Amino acid sequence: MVGDAISHAVLPGIVIAFLWSGSRDSVTMLLGAGALGIISTFLIEFLTNKGNLQSDASIGVTFTWLFALGVILISAFTGQVDLDQECVLYGEIAYVPLDTIVLNSGVDIGPQAIYLLGAVLLMVIAFVWLGFNQLRITSFDPQYAISLGISATLWNYLLMAFVSFTTVASFESVGAILVVAFLIAPAATAYLLTKRLKTMIFIASITGILSAIGGHFLAISINGSIAGAMATVAGIIFGIAFVYVRSKTKGDAKITSRESIVA
Amino acid sequence: MWENAIDFFSFTDANVIYVVLGTIILGASAAVVGSFTFLRKRALIGDAIAHSILPGICIAFILGGTKNYAFLIIGAFISGWISILLVDYITKKSKLKEDTAIGLILSVFFGVGILLMTYIQQSGNAEQTGLNYFLFGKAASMVGQDVIVFSVISVILIITVFLFYKELQLISFDEAFAQSIGIRVKLISFILSSLTVLAVVTGIQAVGVVLMAALLITPFAAARYWSGYLPRILILAAIIGGFSGFSGTYISYIAPNMPTGPWVVMVLSVIALISIVFAPKKGIVSRWFKQRKYRRLIQDENILKAFFQIAESNESFGEPKSVAMIRKKRYYSDRLINRIFKRLKRQGFLKQSASGYYLSKFGQRKAARLVKLHRLWELYLTEYLRIAPDHVHEDADTIEHLITPELEKKLEEKLNYPKADPHNSQIPYDN
Repeated sequence: MVGDAISHAVLPGIVIAFLWSGSRDSVTMLLGAGALGIISTFLIEFLTNKGNLQSDASIGVTFTWLFALGVILISAFTGQVDLDQECVLYGEIAYVPLDTIVLNSGVDIGPQAIYLLGAVLLMVIAFVWLGFNQLRITSFDPQYAISLGISATLWNYLLMAFVSFTTVASFESVGAILVVAFLIAPAATAYLLTKRLKTMIFIASITGILSAIGGHFLAISINGSIAGAMATVAGIIFGIAFVYVRSKTKGDAKITSRESIVA
Repeated sequence: MWENAIDFFSFTDANVIYVVLGTIILGASAAVVGSFTFLRKRALIGDAIAHSILPGICIAFILGGTKNYAFLIIGAFISGWISILLVDYITKKSKLKEDTAIGLILSVFFGVGILLMTYIQQSGNAEQTGLNYFLFGKAASMVGQDVIVFSVISVILIITVFLFYKELQLISFDEAFAQSIGIRVKLISFILSSLTVLAVVTGIQAVGVVLMAALLITPFAAARYWSGYLPRILILAAIIGGFSGFSGTYISYIAPNMPTGPWVVMVLSVIALISIVFAPKKGIVSRWFKQRKYRRLIQDENILKAFFQIAESNESFGEPKSVAMIRKKRYYSDRLINRIFKRLKRQGFLKQSASGYYLSKFGQRKAARLVKLHRLWELYLTEYLRIAPDHVHEDADTIEHLITPELEKKLEEKLNYPKADPHNSQIPYDN
């Protein structure tokens, strides 16, 4: 759920970065969003730990506040900001091929979003690869991690920074709300199907790719939003996995493990 | 700007009255309903509903073919309801946690909604233009009819909460207990969910999908820092919600181009942050001061005790002690010990001589009482709870600061004014 919150809360970061640099330069926007991602994580922790607010409420208060701030900033500088609410909320992947990078020599090397998302993908893979053990330990057992000398706080903030990067990079393609579908649905599907973290990551990636391809075809067939269709397919895949797992475990005593994934 | 403000408060413009009334009513009723979802630790369910009503609206539009208001609201209500059921079902029947289920349902439903919405837009139906209001809100363009609808729904919400107040309160605080005394928990949960969906469906048209969650939870989050009594918190939450609705409308009226919904949420959040930080008793600042007060009290008492114990061990009552000696008994930093010395001197418990500090008469009595409480408690633990004598010190070290004179008397009577503690140290009585 923190993923949902962050995807909304980064909005003011994007607007400020945009006003600062005066362009839709991806790197600046990524930095602005990353900063806001960390700030909102900090705010949530602060309200929960120091303010004695229950954690779901502090998430809700934080992200609505920051989102409202973002919308207000957009309205205040409408003349200068070439962003609109609708685009931010549900993006349109169909426009992506139009926004291409043209080199000085005049050669068109393809859509900007592909390079941006590709770079973020590589960064995420590198981050998970290098920090796999730390991430695993801090996710499952923060106390044990601390006893081993791994800072749970540091890794939590790093993870949230990466959630922010991914969110922002996906922004113009799928928008702030639907990116949550891709953060949660594949992971939830995989979580139902396996108990091993590595298998889970693998299944989640496959599910994500399948939803993207399936969504694309669905959108073309009814001539609708591609991002919306991708989220729909992700939901359908989850539904199938859910029914499959239910039918398999029916009759058995319900065995649940308490550890679970917080997206 | 001043002219605008005067314009605003003269309420000559009928439209302004509608918008102001509408947002106040919405803010207040959403706050009351949201309070219960907050108490049930389901603060984010409102967010899920807000996103999930979109497919319902689109399907209602496709089926009806027109922008019939009642029809759309029914569609929204049904799909909001389905989303709650699904969240509950997934949470209950799989190992996924509730927040994961909420995130999953809200984003997938929203995706379906967007897909349907773009489909409607492609279909070229001329009536589709107003559907966007459900996404981003349209507080500033409310008309008389909207206000009537809002008022009716708000009255329904508040009356229902009023009628079922006791049951709602019970299931919010202790569902198991409510069940055990024969309250139909499922029915009441159903009613609460319906109220929430209703509040969201109406509120969303004012502030939009994303900010709806704030109208439900933020007023309560702010109000609970000011009181511990639920009816008072509810009234306060309603006032905060209404006031934010009013100020948001005002700001968007006097400043051109400013959206109403986000300003409502902005005012709400600022009130909440101020409450969380500065509220008397429960705010961060006042709790910090309280903690500091207790920390100092305990430090002071520990140092007094150290004076007494040193003096007791080598029969040197009234002789000055150095920082190093105290430090051996109670490991604080030199700076802290010096600070505590000064504090205790100011309070009259310590006196200063050329070679160090020593206990005043008054200080010695207080120290003796602490040592007595410590040892009485140790004895009590060993005699009555059968705890081994070498395990009782830690516990006594904590409790000695908290024992009241009444409890002290009871302990003395119960243990029959014992002479020594389990470690054979004398118990000093004040006579």
